Amino acid sequence: KQSSSLLPCEMGGNSPCASCKLLRRRCTKDCIFAPFFPSDEPHKFAMVHKVFGASNVSKMLQELPIHQRADAVSSLVYEANARMRDPVYGCVGAISYLQNQVSQLQMQLAVAQAEILCIQMQQEPALPEPQMDADDKSFVVHNELSSMAQFMNHPSTSNVPQEALKREYPWT
Amino acid sequence: MSNPTRCAACRYLRRRCCEDCALAPYFPSANPHRFACVHRIFGASNVARMLQQIPVEQRRQAADAIAMEAYWRVQDPVYGGVGVISMLQREISVTQRELAETQAQITMYASQAQSQPNQTAAAQCSEDRHSVPSQPPFPGLYQRDDIPQEILRRHF
Repeated sequence: KQSSSLLPCEMGGNSPCASCKLLRRRCTKDCIFAPFFPSDEPHKFAMVHKVFGASNVSKMLQELPIHQRADAVSSLVYEANARMRDPVYGCVGAISYLQNQVSQLQMQLAVAQAEILCIQMQQEPALPEPQMDADDKSFVVHNELSSMAQFMNHPSTSNVPQEALKREYPWT
Repeated sequence: MSNPTRCAACRYLRRRCCEDCALAPYFPSANPHRFACVHRIFGASNVARMLQQIPVEQRRQAADAIAMEAYWRVQDPVYGGVGVISMLQREISVTQRELAETQAQITMYASQAQSQPNQTAAAQCSEDRHSVPSQPPFPGLYQRDDIPQEILRRHF
């Protein structure tokens, strides 16, 4: 008598992964989801499936080297969780928040650096002006994302005024 | 009745674009790549379903955010938008450190000025400096497992 009532991976005592359990299919030994969605964490795959879809996730993982798939799954779970918590903005809401923090800190830094200059000029006016470090990376980050808040609040998807955002997010 | 000009979604999916097409307002035909990314990452039916579940007045922002996430994921298939988050967190750390160092310099100058009574400007300048707020990375989304932190440690 065939043990057809058991899934192939159950024959050795292993339960199907969370993906195959949700999708109600056989969990084979080369199941692409099994290493990342164990059966004891059904909510992880449920979220990812709801937001991205199982077939899309499968395609994405297949296109990645094996050693990068774990990180990809973690980031997908994170983004899916963010989108379920905030169906409008998802993780982009958090990015906008962080960008605001960066802007505030950069303003505070600019003020503090101006204070230093003021103090130095008053103490030693004959000295040459100190070089202000141009933080290229901060500038690039700021330029890349500086209009994100405007983009999120802007009613029209066709109006993205910032040249920097056009460079990094080309749909204008 | 169908639209004479198909939206980017219907053009990509090679179907008729009805007047009440759910995706047409958010994926104009002028931006075909935008929908291509969204379809590749989320799938057209998923996106339509997600937008339908959102109040009408917020759907444009939602479509924009979904398009951004899809674009970042296409650019960085491993980390997607989480890579952008990690970049911003690093930027915050670097800027906080610079700010602390600069404020320490101001304090040093202020103490030097106070020891020299004629140098009152330094003391006045130091009174206006701002304190660095201690902010969590971003609230509410980091759970016990701290998935992004694990990713950051491995990635950076």
